[in-house]
Amino acid sequence: MSQVSETQLPGVGVRHDFQTHEGDRIGVLSHRTGRRELLLYDRDDPDACRAVIHLDIEETHTLSELLGGSKVSESVAAVQQQVEGLAIDWITVSAGSAYAEATIADSELRTRTGVSIVAVVRGEQTVPAPGPDFTLAAGDVAVVVGTPEGIATAFELLQG
Amino acid sequence: MLLAAASGDVALVFTELGLLVFGLALLARLSNRFGLSPIPLYLLAGLTLGDGGLAQLELSEEFIEVTAEIGVILLLLTLGLEYTAEELRSGLRAGLPAGVVDAVANFTPGLLGGLLLGWDARAAILLGGMTWISSSGVIAKVLDDLDRLGNRETPSILSILVLEDLAMAVYLPVVAVLLAGSGLVAGGLSLAVALLTVAVVLGVALRHGETISRLLATRSDEVLLLSVFGLTLLVAGIAQRLQVSAAIGAFLVGIAVGGQVSDRATLLIGPLRDLFAATFFLFFGLQVNPGSLPPVLAAAALLAVVTAVTKVMTGWWAARRAGVARAGRIRAGTVLIARGEFSIVIAGLGVAAGVEPALGAFAAAYVLVLAVTGPVVTRFADELARASARLRRPTAAADGARG
Repeated sequence: MSQVSETQLPGVGVRHDFQTHEGDRIGVLSHRTGRRELLLYDRDDPDACRAVIHLDIEETHTLSELLGGSKVSESVAAVQQQVEGLAIDWITVSAGSAYAEATIADSELRTRTGVSIVAVVRGEQTVPAPGPDFTLAAGDVAVVVGTPEGIATAFELLQG
Repeated sequence: MLLAAASGDVALVFTELGLLVFGLALLARLSNRFGLSPIPLYLLAGLTLGDGGLAQLELSEEFIEVTAEIGVILLLLTLGLEYTAEELRSGLRAGLPAGVVDAVANFTPGLLGGLLLGWDARAAILLGGMTWISSSGVIAKVLDDLDRLGNRETPSILSILVLEDLAMAVYLPVVAVLLAGSGLVAGGLSLAVALLTVAVVLGVALRHGETISRLLATRSDEVLLLSVFGLTLLVAGIAQRLQVSAAIGAFLVGIAVGGQVSDRATLLIGPLRDLFAATFFLFFGLQVNPGSLPPVLAAAALLAVVTAVTKVMTGWWAARRAGVARAGRIRAGTVLIARGEFSIVIAGLGVAAGVEPALGAFAAAYVLVLAVTGPVVTRFADELARASARLRRPTAAADGARG
C-alpha cells in the first residue's frame, strides 16, 4: 500500500493524501458531515489543488465501489475517526482456539474482553456485522473493535 | 378594547418584522451572489434604519435587543461547538507559537491605535481584541468557496483560528471584569472567579466531554435542540449574574459539549444562529448614528490597512513554518485578513458598557472595510504571488550571475 499521510483539520475533518507512481499527489478530505472532497494536487504549486471534486456520501460509495474499495474498511475507518482511544485489529482464528466452531454468542468475547466483532472475512467473502449466532471457523479473520487492552486479550483467546 | 389594541400592535409588529427579515434575506442573497459575507450588508441596513438614518423602525427596541443578545450567545455557542476537545488540545500543543505571534502582531496595533485616538485604556483593549480575532465564519466560507480546504497551507490557518478560539476564553472574562469597573480588589476577585470557572469548565470538557455528551445524547433532534438551547441560555444567564459575561457562558457550553452530539448540535443550532445573529448585526448598526461615521472613517481605514498587513505577515509566518511555499504563504496570509462577527461581538460589549462613544461607529467602519476586502484580496492571492515572484526574479537572476 502507498504511504498515506494523515492531516487533522480542526473544525472541518481529516485529510489523507499519497503520491502515485507517476508523481501525482492525490488526497481525500473527509468532512465531519460525511461529504468528501477528492483532491488532485498541482505539480507546479504542490501546496494547492489543481482539481477538487465534491462528493456526497452516496457518490463516495459509488466511487469506492468502482475503484474496488471495500465498505468494511471504510466504515471501520469512520468509527475510528469518531471515537478516541479506540483500537481496531484483524485477528485470525487459529485451529487450536476454543472459539473455532463456536458462535459469537457462545464465545462471550464481548463479555470477557469488551471487544466487538464488527466483521468476519472468510476467504474471498466478507460478512459485515455478523449476528450473535454466527459460527466462527478456523482461518476466519475477525475484524475487532475495542480498547487496546481488550484487543490484546482477544488475541490470546482467538489464537490460543 | 385592550384586545383590539393588542391585536393592532401584533399586526404592526408582524408586518415590520416580516419586512425586516425579508429585507435581510434579500441582502444575504445579494452577498451570496458575489461570494461575500452578508455581515457588512446587515450592518449597513442597521445604519440606514437606526437613529439619524433614512427611516426609523417602529419596533420596540426591547424586542430587537433581546433577539440580538440571543444572537451573540448563539454565535459564541457555535464557536465553542466548532472544535472538539481533542482538536483544542492538539491545537494548543502544536499551534501555540503561531497563536502567540498572531496575538502579538494583531492585538498590538488595535491597542496602540486606541491609545493614539485618546480613548481610555478599556476601549483600547477592546479595539485590540477587534483587530486580533479573525472571522472564522467568513474564513471557513471563503476556504470552501475557493476549494482551498485541501490545500497544504490550510492546517496552519485553521490552527490559528483554534488558538484565537481558545484565547477568547481568557480574553472575554478579562474584558467583562474590566468593563464592570468594580475597583481593584473586587475586580481582581471577580476576575479570579471568572478565570477559575473557565479553567474548571475547560478542564472538565477536555477530560469528561464524552460524559457530558452522553447525558445530552438523544435520538430526537427536537429534544437535542431544546436541551442545548435551554442549557446555553441558562448557563449564559448564570454567567451574566456572576459578572463573567453571558457570552463566555455560552462559549463554555459549546466547548463542554463534545463528540457526535456536538456535530449534530452544530447542524441544529446553525439555522437558529443565522436568524438571531443577523438581528444582532442589524441591531449593532441601529445603535450607530451614520452621522458619527465620517469622523472615524479615516482612522478606521488606516487601522484596517495596518492590521491587514499584520495578518498577512502572521499567516505567511505560520505557513512558512509548516514548509509551505511562497504562493501558499500568501494565500494563508490574505485569507486571515477578514474580520467579522467576533470584532462586532467585542465592540458590542463596549457599546453596551458605554466606554467610548466613537467605538460603535469605529467598529462598524472597520468591519465594513475588512469583511469586504479580506475575501476579495485572497481571491487574487495567486496573482499576487505571481506578481511578487516577477518582482523578485531580476534580483534572483542577478544573484545567480554573481554566484
